[in-house]
Amino acid sequence: MTDSTLPASNVPHDGTDAEARPVFATERKILGIGVSAWPGILAPIATGIIALAAWEMIVRINNVPTYILPGPLLIAQTLVTDWGTLSGALWITLRITFAALIAAVTIGVALAVVFTQSKWLEKSLFPYAVVLQVTPVVSIAPLIIIWVGDINLSLLICAWIVAFFPILSNTILGLNSADHNLVNLFQLYGATRWQTMRYLKLPAALPYFLGGLKISGGLALIGAVVAEFVAGSGGNASGLAYRILEASYQLKIPRMFAALVMISASGIAIFLVTSYVAHLLLRRWHESAVKREN
Amino acid sequence: MTASPVSLSQGRQPPLVAVRRVSKQFANGTLAVRDVDLDLAAGEFVSLLGPSGCGKSTLLRMVAGLGEPSAGSIDWPTAPHDASGRPSRDLGFVFQDPTLMPWATALGNVTMPLVLKHVNKGEANARAAEMLALVGLRGFEKAYPRELSGGMKMRVSIARALVTHPRILLMDEPFAALDEITRHKLNDDLLRLWEDQKFTAVFVTHSVFESVYLSQRIVVMAARSGRVMADLTVDAPYPRDDLFRTSAEYAHLCRVASETLKKAIAQ
Ligand SMILES: Nc1ncnc2c1ncn2[C@@H]1O[C@H](COP(=O)(O)OP(=O)(O)OP(=O)(O)O)[C@@H](O)[C@H]1O
Ligand SMILES: [Mg+2]
Repeated sequence: MTDSTLPASNVPHDGTDAEARPVFATERKILGIGVSAWPGILAPIATGIIALAAWEMIVRINNVPTYILPGPLLIAQTLVTDWGTLSGALWITLRITFAALIAAVTIGVALAVVFTQSKWLEKSLFPYAVVLQVTPVVSIAPLIIIWVGDINLSLLICAWIVAFFPILSNTILGLNSADHNLVNLFQLYGATRWQTMRYLKLPAALPYFLGGLKISGGLALIGAVVAEFVAGSGGNASGLAYRILEASYQLKIPRMFAALVMISASGIAIFLVTSYVAHLLLRRWHESAVKREN
Repeated sequence: MTASPVSLSQGRQPPLVAVRRVSKQFANGTLAVRDVDLDLAAGEFVSLLGPSGCGKSTLLRMVAGLGEPSAGSIDWPTAPHDASGRPSRDLGFVFQDPTLMPWATALGNVTMPLVLKHVNKGEANARAAEMLALVGLRGFEKAYPRELSGGMKMRVSIARALVTHPRILLMDEPFAALDEITRHKLNDDLLRLWEDQKFTAVFVTHSVFESVYLSQRIVVMAARSGRVMADLTVDAPYPRDDLFRTSAEYAHLCRVASETLKKAIAQ
């Protein structure tokens, strides 16, 4: 084939390919967000505002005492006035959450890689990972706190136990889901185990891992809060759960709600961040993240 | 076109690949390939033609080194062998599906074999880009597989198989899933690449027309038994083009191949 027979790049190639060429249409944007994305953002916000307004109305009309159910305005106000104590507590809880999540990712992915290298190791260890997963963390948290001694480390371990399984099991699934023919092809080219891992299995596992990460992010927060609840009554922890317990003893219900709001907001933020990271990493190639034009 | 005895190799040169009395029985008892003798001469274009399930893929995969024969041997007399006596097979393989890595661009997919062989990045990219241009995909280096049509993905797959300049290209029904226009176009481009790069081509297909159009030699395999039924020679000269497709010679060759295939199915 000589150069003169090459199709110019602006000419359709197969006669059937003309329609298939990528066309990147530009959409009109408002505040940097495409016009078509706005309804998806506005709809849940509107629902939320309506629900909050209804809540405020019910509380006011029925004169519900604040120690039973504070209205959203009072909660917002408490959030502002108590921000000093609450934000400090939030920071402590989030630190444990992130440390647990990082530990879950490192240990989960490392174990998954090790397991795919040795079926034998996987068979002997995986059942115990399942045991760890199905044991309610509330029930083992006191033991862990006694055994470990250091309260922060205990909380970290509890949150890690809850967060690590989805990452482990999803990554194992992903590592094993690489196209069989591609595995064969790597074999044909004499790829080493490490090359197959690096260039084939890890990228193939990425969407699965990210799916696990989205779940684990929320679970790490839940694990941290639950462990704090267990530790809270006896320990010297001062995370958000401890503040909730404290506020409930003192019947400072608005503060309890404010702390709850902070936990939910953190959970939502973690979910949004992990989803966004997944989107950024997958948007060029994975079905779950690509924008379909049909 | 003449039917010649199976084991008679062309000329005095040793074959590139010598398949000797090869059988393959799977763990579940299926005898997929039985007693196959086949010489693949350097530079020739051979089609493996046969009904579905006759063992074409199994045979091709064994030639590639994917799966050991249960009996017999597959030798590479002219290839260098490593210390443990394994031949360095030096081949490209094209599957029925394009089998591309969806996370890599067209260029990334084509560089993959070079990266695995530790070719440095600059050179690998240059060679891959050149190969993409040769298969008619200049300008699509940065496209991801999902942005390409079926025919274009197949071209990427062929570019990937040829980027190492292998001595032999093994193709397992590469164009079976494509429409006829695309298929004809790819047949022509494949022939041009073959004449240009001078590799040995082994092409598995169901299609009598495709095998006659492409090959110098058609190996017909019999249904179910996994045996070679006939070894037909296609004398028509290259380059072949649409004129050949409409010639009386082509029609005649197709009829002969068709009848052999029919016999193969009836067996
Ligand atoms: N991994 C396997 N385990 C068991 N049996 C198999 C396996 N692979 C193929 N077979 C069987 O071996 C026989 C030949 O299969 P093969 O895929 O080689 O046929 P083929 O000629 O390529 O068919 P097709 O044209 O449909 O691709 C079939 O009966 C098939 O069921
Ligand atoms: Mg097949």
